[in-house]
Amino acid sequence: MADLEELYREIILDHYRNPRNRGELDPPAIRVEGFNPLCGDEIVLSLAVTDGVVTDVKVGGSGCSISTSSGSLMSAAVKGKTVDDVRELLATFKGMLSVGDEGEHDPSVEPTPVNLRSLGELAALQGVAKFPVRIKCATLSWNTLAQGLDEIAAD
Amino acid sequence: MAAVTSLDVATIRKDFPLLAQVRDGKRITYLDSGASALPPHQVVAAMATYQETTHANVHRGVYATAERATHLYEQARIDVGRFIGAAKPASEIVFTKNCTEAFNLLAQSWGLANLGPNSAIVLTEMEHHANIVPWLQLQTRLGFEIRYLSVAEDRTLDLSNLDQLLDGAALLSVTATSNVLGTVNPIAELASAAHAAGALIAVDGAQAVPHASIDVSALDLDFLAFSPHKVYGPTGIGVLYAKAEHLDAMPPFLGGGGMIKDVRLDGFLAADGPQRFEAGTPPIAEAVGLSAALAYVSGLGLDAIHAHHRSLTTYALSAIASTFGDTVKVQGPADGPNRAGVLSLTVDGVHAHDIAQVLDTYGVCVRPGHHCAKPLMRRLGVNATARASFGIYNDRDDIDLLVEALQATVTMFA
Repeated sequence: MADLEELYREIILDHYRNPRNRGELDPPAIRVEGFNPLCGDEIVLSLAVTDGVVTDVKVGGSGCSISTSSGSLMSAAVKGKTVDDVRELLATFKGMLSVGDEGEHDPSVEPTPVNLRSLGELAALQGVAKFPVRIKCATLSWNTLAQGLDEIAAD
Repeated sequence: MAAVTSLDVATIRKDFPLLAQVRDGKRITYLDSGASALPPHQVVAAMATYQETTHANVHRGVYATAERATHLYEQARIDVGRFIGAAKPASEIVFTKNCTEAFNLLAQSWGLANLGPNSAIVLTEMEHHANIVPWLQLQTRLGFEIRYLSVAEDRTLDLSNLDQLLDGAALLSVTATSNVLGTVNPIAELASAAHAAGALIAVDGAQAVPHASIDVSALDLDFLAFSPHKVYGPTGIGVLYAKAEHLDAMPPFLGGGGMIKDVRLDGFLAADGPQRFEAGTPPIAEAVGLSAALAYVSGLGLDAIHAHHRSLTTYALSAIASTFGDTVKVQGPADGPNRAGVLSLTVDGVHAHDIAQVLDTYGVCVRPGHHCAKPLMRRLGVNATARASFGIYNDRDDIDLLVEALQATVTMFA
């Protein structure tokens, strides 16, 4: 049960019950969809980037407590940050969950304590690393965000 | 009619070493037989004996061991054919990689030869992706029409427009039992309606064959696919039954060794019978294991298994309703003879993944997700369910623990 309490920390349950930044943005913000084929979770991410800064993010779709809270925590964390900082945060977040370069679960991947501190509230999702099947739930919103940033960069 | 004997679960459980394990101080309560049923010791032993004493490639060697391997493999085909009541058990059963490949074979062989831009087939909204995607793939090549029987509010098939949908259709392909809803479809009625309209009928028996006797001759089925590892057999093998008159006219799907009579540099002659569809070395040990699984199931008696699952289903539906009221919903038809032991649970405000995660801390194994039935999930208005499904080794204690674990889930997320 100790692991379960580590997985479902209070802050995660709070972001699940009251997700921040719910909804969609109007164009010119871009809209990206992400799917977790394993469990049927879907996320619809709206992303506004101006002059290399993420000015607004909204999250729609439906998912489990981990994917919903992760999307909520992510939206709060990236708003107002530069695209470069967001990409760095993404790398640190994946490191915390032991996700390797090819998206695979690799327990040898570990973040440094310094990087962990930089995650702030996102560190609440650290317990997910012990539940490999749920890692994809935690990374769904971030992968969708990365896809959105790539689309904007390609324009 | 002979009295149906009940299953002696305590004795049965001794055949399943996995259930005797204790992990983190908890025993394993396996409620995921709808995804894959556990193989009993007898199946594992039959496969091991084959591997250790009789292993050889089939249909090749003339030495005694190879002949014995070929005999075991072909005997398994006959055992499967007899189990489902095939009129010609030696020539109407094709072994595939799994049930999904059986549907791909049906689509790419029978479908490619018999469908065209002006044809139509009928599926249902409650099909597993295995009975939708192969047809969608073929549709992009041939351009035929796919019509769907819808799921009614009571979670049975809406048959009010069946004749209309079958009008001019070449095939009705339908599941015997929904892997999400536990709905048992009226296959006999559907088969006669299809034939009356000049269509053939293919049945997905993945969920039905483990629990109920399906007699392809009595039901007059043209095709039946099922999944051996859901009948307490091994993974790595699937079954397609095709009535001989269809099978003999179907072109090969996969090409290579074993499926030919002759090969020249400019062409080939396909083999006759089921071998025409079994390119390459087939799943020999798995066929032997499947044979042992069917013997095991027959030994218990399908009627007894069916009665056991009915009794567990009634007990579980009633326990869940009386404990949770409307908080925990079971997606599917009300209890009754046409309600199988597949319980798709949803809880408002709690995702199926989270339900399954908390249940796991009690050692209760259920499957969360869309169960490879996304069109049905959309119809139900949910994105996932936590599915508990019963097997011959389950008893009321398992259901009591399920209810206790569900209670903890509801408390945690309330």
